[in-house]
Amino acid sequence: MPEAAVIATFRNSDAVRAAARFAGVSAVALLVFALVLLAAGKDPLSAYAQTFRHTLASSYGFSELLVRMTPLLLAAVAVALPSRLGLINVGGEGQLYMGAFAASAGVFLFPGAPAWLLLPLVVIGGFLGGAVWAAIPGALRAAKLVNETVATLLLNYVAPLIVGYFIFGPWRTTENSAYPESSPYPPAAMLPNLFGTRIHAGLLIALAALAVYWVLMEKTRWGIEMRAIGGNPEAARRLGIAVPVWIVAALAIGGGFAGLAGMGEAMGITGRLRQTLSPGYGFAGFLIAWLAGGRPLGILFMSFLFAIITAAGDTLQISQGLPYAVVNILLATILFVVLASRGGWGVSR
Amino acid sequence: MSTVPRAQVLLETRGLSKRYGPVQANDGVDFRLHGGEVHALLGENGAGKSTLSKILYGFVRPDAGEILLDGRRVELRTPRDARALGIGMVFQTFMLVPALSVLENIELFLTDLPRVPDPRGIATRIRALAERFGLAIDLSAPVRQLSVGDQQKVEILKLLLAKARVLILDEPTRVLAPHEIEALFRVFGALKAEGYAILFITHKLREVIRCADRITVMRKGRITGSVDASRADVETLVAMMFGERPAHAPGLERPVARPIGAAPIFELRAASSPVSGREIALRNLDVSVGAGEIVGVAGVSGSGQKELGDLALGLRPLATGTKTFRGEDVSSWSIARMREAGLAFIPEDALGMAAIPGMSVRENLSLGAGRRYHRGVGLDWQRLESTMKTSFEALSFPVPPLNLPVATLSGGNVQRVVLAREMAHEPRLVVALYPTRGLDFRSAAAVRALLRGACDRGGGVLLISEDLDELEEMADRLLVLFAGAVVGTFPRGAWRPEEVGLLMTGAKEGARA
Repeated sequence: MPEAAVIATFRNSDAVRAAARFAGVSAVALLVFALVLLAAGKDPLSAYAQTFRHTLASSYGFSELLVRMTPLLLAAVAVALPSRLGLINVGGEGQLYMGAFAASAGVFLFPGAPAWLLLPLVVIGGFLGGAVWAAIPGALRAAKLVNETVATLLLNYVAPLIVGYFIFGPWRTTENSAYPESSPYPPAAMLPNLFGTRIHAGLLIALAALAVYWVLMEKTRWGIEMRAIGGNPEAARRLGIAVPVWIVAALAIGGGFAGLAGMGEAMGITGRLRQTLSPGYGFAGFLIAWLAGGRPLGILFMSFLFAIITAAGDTLQISQGLPYAVVNILLATILFVVLASRGGWGVSR
Repeated sequence: MSTVPRAQVLLETRGLSKRYGPVQANDGVDFRLHGGEVHALLGENGAGKSTLSKILYGFVRPDAGEILLDGRRVELRTPRDARALGIGMVFQTFMLVPALSVLENIELFLTDLPRVPDPRGIATRIRALAERFGLAIDLSAPVRQLSVGDQQKVEILKLLLAKARVLILDEPTRVLAPHEIEALFRVFGALKAEGYAILFITHKLREVIRCADRITVMRKGRITGSVDASRADVETLVAMMFGERPAHAPGLERPVARPIGAAPIFELRAASSPVSGREIALRNLDVSVGAGEIVGVAGVSGSGQKELGDLALGLRPLATGTKTFRGEDVSSWSIARMREAGLAFIPEDALGMAAIPGMSVRENLSLGAGRRYHRGVGLDWQRLESTMKTSFEALSFPVPPLNLPVATLSGGNVQRVVLAREMAHEPRLVVALYPTRGLDFRSAAAVRALLRGACDRGGGVLLISEDLDELEEMADRLLVLFAGAVVGTFPRGAWRPEEVGLLMTGAKEGARA
C-alpha cells in the first residue's frame, strides 16, 4: 500500500502532470499536423525526421533553438507575471519594441562609451523602455479608466511606429541602404556570444528573469500580495493590500522583461534597430504563458517547443518546399488542443 | 385574460418546505393569493419571503408541498412553466437589455414572438394595456435612458403582455422615489380592479398598510399571520415580524454595569460618504465606540451597514466629517494603516470578502498583518504560525491544515480562519458585520464570547447585525440605521424591540433617547 500511495502522490504531483500534458499536447498536435502534411502530398515521417535532424540532432540546430527561445522566454514571463494578479497583458510585442528602442537610445546617446558602461546601460534601458510602456496601461487600469487588455493591445500598434520614426529619421543609417534601419551599434554595445555560436548573453538574462519570476511570486511577501489580488481582489483591498500600486508595478515588471527581449534581439542578433525586429515574439509569449498555465517550468518547456516549431517552419520551407506559413497551422493546432483540454479561457478562468 | 372573478383564490400553496443546508428557508408554508387583491409579504431578512416568491415563479423547486392554481395542482419546474400559467415576477434587479428599446425589450420576453415580429401590432397591444393601467411610456426610447420607475413599468408591461394574471414583485419600492411609489400604487389599483393578483415583498410598513389589501407576515420560514390591511397597525405587524422576545438563557447576559473608558476609542463625527451605483449614502453619521464598549447597529438590510463598515475600515472615503481612532485623526488613513493601528474587520461574507480561496490557509493567515511578520523580502513563517496557533486556541477553534487551500475548507472553517486572523493581535476596534449569520448556535455563541473578550481587553466593538436578539444580548449601546442615517440611539436595556422595529422600517421618525 505505501508504494501505491507514493505512486499516487507522484502521479498527482504538478510537475508530472505538466510533463504529461506537454507530451500529450505535442503528440496530438503532431498527429493532426501529419494529416495536413499528407494532404499537401508530403511524407510526414520524413518531414519530421528532417526537422529533427536539423534542430535537436545537430549542435548548430540546437544552438539556433536556444537563440529563438531567448525572446520567447522573456515575452512569456512578461505575460505570466501580470496574469497572477488577474491582469491580461497582450502588449508584449509593443513592450519588446520599446525595450529595443530605449536600449538603442542609450547606445546612440553615448556611442563612444566602453563596454562596461554600455552593457549595463542597454540592459537597464531595455527593461525601462518596456516597463514604462506597460506602466501606461497599468496606470489607466489602476485608475479604473481603461481595461488593460485593450490598452496593451492598442499600444502594440504605436511602438513600431515610434521605432519607425527614428530609423527613418534621426538614427537612419548613413550607409547606402535601401532597407530602413538604424546605423549599426558599436561593438562595445553588443551582448557577448556564448560557446562560439549565435547564442548571446540574452539567454542568461532570460533564464534569470524566469528565476526572478518564480522567486518573486512564490518566496516573497510581495508575491503573496500579488497572488492575493489575483485570487480575490475584493478581499485583497479589505486586507489593506495596495491594489492599484501592484497593478502598475506588475505590468511594469512584466513589460520590462518584454523590453529585455527586444534589447536582446537588437543587441544580441541584428546589431541595428529595425522595424522588423520581432516576427511576433510578443504574441507567441502570450500563447506560451497561457499554455504553460503561468508555471515557470511550463514556460521553459513551451518556449523550447515554440522554438522547435518555428525552426521546423524553416526546415519545411527549404527541404519540403512548403510555405513557412504551414507552421501557423501547427501552432493553431496546439492552441486548440490545449484550449479544448482546459475548457477554454472564458470557462476555466 | 382579465375574466378572473374577484375574491376567488387564484394561487394557493399547501405545506411548502424548502431547505438550504442547515437553513429551513420555508417550513410548511400555507399561503393564499386571491384574484383582485394586492397582497404584501412582510418579514425580516432570511424569513423566507424570497424563497416563497421564487418557488411561486418556478425558480426554486420546493422539497415538499404543493402549489394550486385555480384550484388545480400545478408543477412549476422552471420560470417558463410559471409564465405559461400566467405567473410573472419582477426582480429587484431588472431583467432588461439597456441598449434595446422598450418595444424590443418587451418583444424579447414574448414566448410566442413570430420569426418576423410585427412591431406595429405589438406596439398597439402595448399601448392599449399601458393606457388601461396607467403605464404610459415611450416605446422607442432605449431602456438605458429610462428612469428606474419607467424601467419598472417596462417590466410590468412585459408580464401583462405575456398574459400574466399573478404578478410577483420583489421589493418594488426599494429603488423608487416617493412620487414613483405613488404612481406604482395607482397601477396596482388599476390592475386589482381588473382581477389581477399582486404579491409584493417589502420592508416598509407604512406603505404596506396604505396600499395592500392583505398582509402576510413570515418569520423563520413560517407564516406567522395573515391579516386584512384595514385591521392592521404598525405595532401588531412589528410584533408579528420580530416575534415574542424569548427569555435569555442564564449566564449569557453580560453584567449591565461595565467600566467604559471616558474617551472614545473610535469616533465618526458628522460623517457622510459619497455614493455610486446602488450604494447607500451615509448621511451625517455620529458614531462613537468607547474602550470596552460594544456598540450595536440595527437596521434592515440595505440601510447603509456595509457602507458604514467600509467607512470605518477606510475602504470608502469621507465626503464630510471626521474619523478618529485612538485619539488620532484617521480620516485619510489607508486600510493597511488602520489595520496596523489595531482595527480588525469581520465582514459578512468571509470567503468572498476576507479570504483568498486559491491560497493556502497559511498564506491567508499572513495577509493583513501589516509589517508584523516581515523578515527581509519574505515573512517570518514560524513566528506567524505560533501566533496564529495561539489565536486559534484562545478561541477554542481547531487549527486547520495550514497547507490546504482555503477553498477546500467548509464555510464555517473559513470563517474561523478569518476570525483567528483578525483577533490574533489584540485588536483595539473590531468592526463586525453579521458575524453570526449562518452559524449554528454553538459557533454563534463562540463568536459572541470572542467579541466580549476583545472588550474585556479594552478594545471596542462595532457590531452590525440584523438580529435584534443578538443586539439585545450584546450591545451596550444601540444605534438604529435607516436609509444611511442614525435614526435612534439607546443605552443598554432602554429600548423596546417594537420601537426599534418601527425605527428600522422607517415607520417612525427618529427619536434619540
